Order: sequence, then structure tokens, then C-alpha cells
Amino acid sequence: MLGRLGVRLAGAVFVLWAVASVTFFAVRLIPGDPAQAVLGGPGSQASPEALAAVTAEYGFDQPVFTQYLTQLGRLATGDLGRSYALNMEVGPLVLAQLGGTLLLAVLALGLAWVIALALATWSTRGGRVAARVGSSLEIVAAALPHFWLATSLIVVFSIWLGVLPPISTAGVAGLVLPVFTLAIPLAGFLGQIMRESLLIALESPFVLSARARGEGARGVRWIHALRHASLPAISLSGWAFGSLISGAVVVETIFARPGLGRTLLNAVTLRDVPVVIGVVMIVAVAYILMTLLTDAVSRLVDPRLRLS
Amino acid sequence: MSATAALTVHNLRVGFGAAEPVVRGVSFEIAPGECLAIVGESGSGKSVTARSLLGLAGGNARVQADRLDLGGRSVQGLTDRAWESRRGKDVGLVLQDALVSLDPLRPIGREIADSLRLHTTLGAAARARRVIELLDAVGLPDPAHQVQKRSGQLSGGERQRALIAAAIALDPPLLIADEPTTALDVTVQAQILALLEQIKRSGTALLLISHDLAVVSRIADRVALMHDGLLIESGPTEQVLGSPQHEQTRSMVAAVPADKPRGTRLSPMDSPAARTIPRSPAPAPTATEQGEIVLEAIGLTRSFRRPDGSRQLAVDDVSFALHRGSTLGIVGESGSGKTTTARLVLALLEPEQGEVQLFGRPWSSIAEKKRRGRRPGVGAIYQDALGSFDPRRSVAEILADALGSALTHSRGSRRSPQSLARLTTLLDEVGLAGTVLSRRPLELSGGQRQRVGIARALAGRPEILICDEPVSSLDVSVQAQVLDLLDDVQRERGLSLIFISHDLGVVQHISDDVAVMRSGRIVESGPAARVFAAPQHPYSVQLLKAVPRLLG
Repeated sequence: MLGRLGVRLAGAVFVLWAVASVTFFAVRLIPGDPAQAVLGGPGSQASPEALAAVTAEYGFDQPVFTQYLTQLGRLATGDLGRSYALNMEVGPLVLAQLGGTLLLAVLALGLAWVIALALATWSTRGGRVAARVGSSLEIVAAALPHFWLATSLIVVFSIWLGVLPPISTAGVAGLVLPVFTLAIPLAGFLGQIMRESLLIALESPFVLSARARGEGARGVRWIHALRHASLPAISLSGWAFGSLISGAVVVETIFARPGLGRTLLNAVTLRDVPVVIGVVMIVAVAYILMTLLTDAVSRLVDPRLRLS
Repeated sequence: MSATAALTVHNLRVGFGAAEPVVRGVSFEIAPGECLAIVGESGSGKSVTARSLLGLAGGNARVQADRLDLGGRSVQGLTDRAWESRRGKDVGLVLQDALVSLDPLRPIGREIADSLRLHTTLGAAARARRVIELLDAVGLPDPAHQVQKRSGQLSGGERQRALIAAAIALDPPLLIADEPTTALDVTVQAQILALLEQIKRSGTALLLISHDLAVVSRIADRVALMHDGLLIESGPTEQVLGSPQHEQTRSMVAAVPADKPRGTRLSPMDSPAARTIPRSPAPAPTATEQGEIVLEAIGLTRSFRRPDGSRQLAVDDVSFALHRGSTLGIVGESGSGKTTTARLVLALLEPEQGEVQLFGRPWSSIAEKKRRGRRPGVGAIYQDALGSFDPRRSVAEILADALGSALTHSRGSRRSPQSLARLTTLLDEVGLAGTVLSRRPLELSGGQRQRVGIARALAGRPEILICDEPVSSLDVSVQAQVLDLLDDVQRERGLSLIFISHDLGVVQHISDDVAVMRSGRIVESGPAARVFAAPQHPYSVQLLKAVPRLLG
């Protein structure tokens, strides 16, 4: 048990290191002077003296590798640094935005599961037509890009029907469209996996045994088949969560919703390296925690995993 | 009798969709406390018949019958709901291999309690008590502790007992058992059969579905042979097996290898799948003068790492010698180390101690590079012939590969007449027509696949053939043909065989010498005739006692 935990922890540290390193070097590929970013961004008219002073203060004149090590050293102590553009600590800044994005992602994941389950159970219960319709719906849904879906939902529900706000205001109404935008493609994807494993489970001998004991169609689904069918979808939910956070960048921008996605986008535009790295690190931590959670849920649903 | 019959079936017909019916008018009845066995090969319609009796033939099945009564009450035209209220209560079902026939995610206690939950008003505590009683009744030791376990945590015999407990939870007047012992070792099989017999004696009518005549002859009062959707012969067990009337029945009885001396033909000569060339009468191999030793295993030992890190001895100090032109049968139950031994002999695994010598020269201890040139001298045949082929290659490509790279010109598009002749000779030798050359493994029947497997093993002109459960997944008549084929090629080519099987009947039939394995060790070995007639080791005695025999 302890050994496994140690392996897990080492893995998490490795992932965080890799994420920090890749991000650090990737951000350097954005053209422009970082000192310029500190002094008000690309549009500002900073004097050469001011630029030189900032360059010296932030160590931009140091070799890249030295800057990299300094950055890593700071990250290792939990210090995410100060934002160049906003002149405040990155930690509180990012944490303040985390809640909104997490809420969006968790709601979207939950909704995707509900839709996928409903679609999978419906399409495996009905006849051949339902199966065809179900699988077509899943393929179409899985193929929809977020930006297109978001725009279409705004056109239909905000402009034509006028029932939901096009901009994500505070409150429940403002959450509906962003959550659906993220949930629908994921639901299509999860639904495909669930339907397939549900069909396999319904054909298996233990279902025949259960029916021979007098279990009805509904009981067979709820007691036996769905549990088996949900296993692969649970494992994939960790990955899905990561993709939801990256989807949030697009969705938060379109719906003008505050959150990590928009913070990240602004930071990249302003070449605000500490914020970029801060956001990415926080997302990486959330992703690692989510993976651990899906593992735990898998073990809960599938007791066989607990044995080995 | 029909007034009190537990099950009455008149003219049952079952079809799927628009296709030809697979059950074409079957009639039988079973009295309380009686066991009827329906025996047939795969595809004969026996399982479909069994499932139709539970209303579980499938969504697109058309089930028709003049009469279909469970416990004197008709089940024709029942609604889904009405069926559900009778399944489990009026009839129970036991399937093959409880590893997947019990939900692997749920504790067996829950699975067994399901019938009680569905059909009775018992509370949770009362159900739990009843489950423990049931497990006790089916002979599962320490039931209070076992109820929490899942099928994967139990041995094959234990979970089959649990599955039976689930089926008889409400003491249904009829129990249907569809291949209930097929995946089990012989000793466990004997125990499960004894349990089923005990249930039968308590007054339950038992319908046993099986492909294995020998297994059912142990407990069935009456046997019905099913072939191509019809019951071709039925009657008291002794009568049907002792003096079979129908030709199909006769060939099935003849195909059972147990107690048939070495060299006796098991399959009819004139069957279409049998070879057309005339064969010499089978001479009994002379047991007295043994040929030189072609392969020798000396103190082979090999262990594997368990999931928890500890090591388990799979093969422990195993020694044997294979003489030219003879067959060494290695027999044992699952987990006894038979297959590991085969892999060590084939030098696919390195022994940790001991060595294998081939023709008196080192074999397991030399580098693979040196071994490669000598590999064609040792052929191998596996149980899962299909899995041993690349599914996308045709039979011609598979065999051409084995014959040697010289024959595979430019992706096999143009073959020389000479190489084609060699392919045809090879096919002829294993009794296959040239038409299979263009087919892929999936398009072949089980017997044809194993014949291709044998042809591939023979292609390298081996002197030794290692056969690992080569007939275990075949129908008994096909098994008979393959065993006859192995016998023929051995005689014609002077091959030496190592024949590994869990099936003592098969081993007895084909072996000159036999080695009995248990937990990685050879507990007894010697001439087959001696070991089977007068086993010395208690385990051999126990194993032999458990072998299903016709009219045993």
C-alpha cells in the first residue's frame, strides 16, 4: 500500500516538473521582450532606462538555463511568483479564478455522464432503429467543436428564443449554456464507450443467469450491466476532465465568463509568464487529483481492482 | 406420467429471424426426481432448446410448441412479467463456467439472495440466513465467510457450487444445467456431478445439457441425442449407450476415447472428413522394445512471480524421456504445470534448473541463435488453433511460411508448381481438400483449424511433436478425427509425441507412456497400460476414479 502511494507521489512530482519545464520553454517562444510585458504590455511606451532596470531586476539578462533553474527553485517552494502585467501574486490570482472553472468542468462532466447514460440505456433497450439513432447522435455530438456549439447555442437560446443570457452572468441561468457546450461533445464520446460496453455486459452469461433467476430487464440493467458498462467510462473521466479545462479556455472567452481559461488566454497574449505557468501548474494539480479520484472510484465500482 | 411431469415439451420449434429453424420439433418430458440428458455437438440446438424452456431464447427468436408445460402449467404466450415471476421459482438454470455466470462484481451471497429477494417476502436477515444454508447444502466449506467473496476469488469448483446454490435457492421443481461441468477439472467435475445427483434424488427434475456422453452417463436416467435440431435417439441411458440404434449415436459412442486401446480408430472411416487414402490396419505399438531417447528433460524447475511478489513453483524437478516413435502423455489438472513444461521443452522458456536435451545434445542451455536452425525438428500444436494463426493470412500463406521462406515468392502471388505440390501433399496428409488453401482461419471449422495447425507443425519435417491440449476445445466426433489423424501421421512419419492434456480418457487412448503431474511435480509415471490399470500414487488413483466413463 505504502509502496504504491510512493510510486504515485513520485509520478505526480514528475508530471508537475515536466509541465513546468515544457510551459517555461514554450512561453519563451512567444515573440517580444518580457521586460516590455512587465511595463504595461506590447502597447506601452516604456523608456529604455526603465526596460533595462526591469531586465536586471527580473534577471531577463541571465542565460535561459539559469532563469529556468531559478523558476524551478521558486516553484519547488510553492512560490508562483508575481504577475508581470497585473503586479500581484500569481497564487491568489489563479486560485480566485479556479473556482469558476472547476464548477464549470465538474458540472459539465456530470451532465455529460447523465446524457451518455441516458443515451446508452435508451439506445440499447429499443430496437434496431433506436440503436442506429443513438449511435449517430453520439458520433455527431462527439464531433462538435466547442466554438461552433457555443455560437449555435447562443443563436438559438439567446437570440431566437431569448430564454438564456448570451453572456455568463452570475447565477444559474448564466451557467446553462457554457455547461451544455462543454458537456455535449463529451457526452457523445462517453456514450459511445458506454453503449458498447453495455451491449457486451447484456450479452454476458451472468446476465443470462440473473434473468433465469427471474430478474427483469430493468433489474438486469441497474444491478448488473450498467455497473460493468460504467467502468471504462470512469477510467476515461480523468482524461475527460483535462479536456474540459482546455475546453474552458474557448467557452469562457465566448461567454465572457471569468475563469482560468480566460486568465490563461490573457496571460499568453500579454506574455505574462508567471501567470501562464501558474495556471498550467494549478490545472496539472487538479488533473492529477482527478486521476487519483477516478482510480478510487474505479476501485469502488470494481472490487477486483482492490485485490491485486 | 405426464400429469405429474415437471416438464412437458411437445413439438418444440425455435427459429431466429427468417433463417431455417435451429430446433425442428422436439418432444420430451421429465418426471420429478428424474434426469434427462440432451447430448449433442455444438450447433445441434441443445442450448437453444434449454433456453426456450426459460423463455430466454433471445429477442428475435420464434418459439413455437404444441405443448410447453412447466410443473403442469403452460408457459406458452407468457408476458415478460409473467415469465419473470416463474423463472427461478419454477425452473432454475446453471450455466457453464461460473466465473462469468456469476456477476464478477458482486459477492456470491448477493447473487444467491437475488431469487429470494425477487420471489419471496423474506427480510434481509432471513435472506442472509437462507443463503448460508444453501451454500452449506451445496457443500461449500465455511459458507458464512464465503458469502462476501466474488466469483473471481473462488476456485472453479467453489463458484460452480455457488452458481448451483443460486439456481436452487427456491427449490424449483426443474433444474436445467447447461454444460455445468465443462470448464472443470475431472476431480471437481466428479464432485459437481455428485452434487447434481444429490439434488436430483431430493426430487428435483434435472435437465442436463452436454456435449460429453461420458459425463452425462454418470447421472442421467435417460439420454436423448440431439443432432441438427432433432432428437434422433432417446431412451434409458444403458440402452442408448449400450446398443445405440442410430448411426449418429453409434459414431458418437465410438468417438469417446476413454478405455479404447491405443491404435483403435475413433472416427468412422467413411466420414467425409476422414482421409480418402487407404490406411494400414493399426498395429499396437510394441511396448517392450523402446526406441532411442530423442528428447530428455532432466530436473526441470521453473517458477513465476505472483502478483504479490512472492514466487510460485510452476514446474518442480520434472524429468522424463521421450523414446523414438512413441507417445508420452502428460496429464494433470489446471495449474499442474503441464503447459509450462511444454514451453520449457520447446525452449520458449528458460528453466531455472535442469535442462532439456534433444537427440542427446543440449537444447535448453544453448543460445537461441544456435537453436533456431534446429527448431523445425520440433513441431508444436496448441489448443487454440485459431489464436495461433495470423487471422489475415490464408491457409496457403500460413503453410507456405512454415514450409520455408524459399516458397514464399513475392507475397505469394506466384507459386511454383513444385511448392504448390508440397502444399497439396501436406494438406492431403492431414485430410484437407485443396479448396481450403485460399481461406482464412476464421472461415474454417474447429476441426479444420486444428488440421491446419497439424499441417503447419509437420511442414518443417519434425521428428518430435509437442501437442498442448490439441483436442480440448473440439466436439467429440471432431476430437476423434484429430486423434486418429495424429495416430496416422505418427505411424507414417515415425514421429515421437509429447501429448499434454487434462483429459485422462484422451491421454489413455493415445499414450505409450504417461506422466501424471500435480502442483508442478510428476507424481507418477510409467507405461500407460500399467499406470491406468494399477495406479500407485493416491493422486493418480483419485484422478482415475474421477474420469467419466461410458456407463461408468
